[in-house]
Amino acid sequence: MHEINSLTILGGNDKDDNCDFVDSIKILKGEIIGVVGPTGSGKSTLIGDIEQLAQRDTQSKRQILIDDAVPDNDLRSDPRKKLVAQLSQNMHFLADMKVDEFLRMHAKSRGKPETLSGEVIEIANTLCGEPLGPENHLTALSGGQSRALMTADIARISDSPIVLIDEIENAGIRKQEALKLLSGEGKIVIVVTHDPVLALLTEKRIVMENGGMVKIIERSGKEREVCSKLAELDERIIMLRETIRRGETVEELI
Amino acid sequence: MLSSLTRALIDSGMNPSIVKVDCLWTEDDKRLGRLGVPVKAALSKDMCPDHFAIYNTEDMLAWAEDNGSDILLNETAGLCLRCAPYPNDCLAVCVIDITSGPNNPLKVGPLMTSADVVMMTKGDMVSQAEREVFRERVLEANPTCTPIEANGLTSKGSVELAEIVLRSKDVSSDMRLRNNPPFSICTLCAGETRIGKEYQRGVLRRMDGFTDYRGE
Ligand SMILES: Nc1ncnc2c1ncn2[C@@H]1O[C@H](COP(=O)(O)OP(=O)(O)OP(=O)(O)O)[C@@H](O)[C@H]1O
Ligand SMILES: Nc1nc2c(ncn2[C@@H]2O[C@H](COP(=O)(O)OP(=O)(O)O)[C@@H](O)[C@H]2O)c(=O)[nH]1
Ligand SMILES: [Mg+2]
Ligand SMILES: [Mg+2]
Repeated sequence: MHEINSLTILGGNDKDDNCDFVDSIKILKGEIIGVVGPTGSGKSTLIGDIEQLAQRDTQSKRQILIDDAVPDNDLRSDPRKKLVAQLSQNMHFLADMKVDEFLRMHAKSRGKPETLSGEVIEIANTLCGEPLGPENHLTALSGGQSRALMTADIARISDSPIVLIDEIENAGIRKQEALKLLSGEGKIVIVVTHDPVLALLTEKRIVMENGGMVKIIERSGKEREVCSKLAELDERIIMLRETIRRGETVEELI
Repeated sequence: MLSSLTRALIDSGMNPSIVKVDCLWTEDDKRLGRLGVPVKAALSKDMCPDHFAIYNTEDMLAWAEDNGSDILLNETAGLCLRCAPYPNDCLAVCVIDITSGPNNPLKVGPLMTSADVVMMTKGDMVSQAEREVFRERVLEANPTCTPIEANGLTSKGSVELAEIVLRSKDVSSDMRLRNNPPFSICTLCAGETRIGKEYQRGVLRRMDGFTDYRGE
């Protein structure tokens, strides 16, 4: 894997062509950053800018630097050289292919061994309820199965120094495990989320409004405490969820 | 895509003319007319749109020259996926929708396999993995093309395409097609509507691949 030390976002404009309030952010190797804001505030657009290593050529006119320099053109387009893995907000696959065939093709496009396919399916099955298999059609997978497969695919096949995650919480898969799986040692991880547990797990968060980056909040000591309590609470909610999913009844609040 | 390319070209000081070839109906000329450049819509009606585009290539170029344009952009419907109206000297751009699925690049034929640039649109509607698989399939079908991820709504990709357009060379007087059009000239082309082997003349191909010429 290609090593990088930093990613810099230079501000552009919001939906009304006003300048981003935050004019630049430098994110270092190993950092996990959150992106928060109301629906429609431009969170996905911001990580879209990072995915395509925007050079003032997107709607937002932002510019992305890698290690303080303008990245080479082929880093933007050639999947074999890409620095960015992105779990987008899409809940379903549209490709009319079988799971195994798709994963092999994707591995090939990223210059990885096609034999990774089996491993990806195995990992996906640890994240979702009903298991999926190599012969399943992608378009027949449920939303949760699709997200689990996309997550596992990123962890093994798209393994990149920059990881962008758009709302991992919304598909009923195990979100904390999924986040752990995606955020390996020394990576830059950017998480778009509406979920308080995930948002408070990040050290810094970018706040979006009307398409613009309006501020950066550093996580306080207090928030850190809240986060660990919240994580416990979340574990309990997940256990309750599993109980209900198994078709059992809830006797008491554990 | 054509609109955002036109805007990008205007921004870099070019003066394009546009001809849009469609089959039966189009209002693209109204849409494109808002860009403030000369636009002509041409309907091929009962002629194949690609044959129509090929037949009219010189007239289109002459019209663009009369307008004082330095470049002609010609968009054609390209429906049967068997022809491609690309002359050797012109820059050939194929626009393909990623949501049509990764098997589509294998079905499109010369329209894509002989293009110089393949603009892949609607990538925003699928995952990154699907975009990458689609790109791989495009390159399998056409290893020498430049694939560009594009978006018709946000103009993504149009600046990259405009740069390639600006670098492309001028047409010569001896233009040739990159591909042979399909061979079928038969009585159906001339208006026959009855179904049955005995009514058909011309170059005909059976399901088992046997090809024959019947007629005088
Ligand atoms: N800087 C910008 N300039 C122009 N348009 C923008 C900008 N940022 C976002 N938009 C537009 O705003 C719309 C919503 O943006 P986006 O999808 O990024 O929101 P979101 O925060 O991810 O919402 P959700 O929480 O619902 O996923 C999109 O149509 C996008 O093109
Ligand atoms: N989401 C998305 N929609 C697009 C994109 N490009 C075009 N569209 C939409 O798709 C529709 C058809 O676009 P058009 O350019 O007219 O396609 P044509 O029919 O092939 O000429 C329109 O509603 C566009 O707004 C894209 O990149 N992403
Ligand atoms: Mg979003
Ligand atoms: Mg059109």
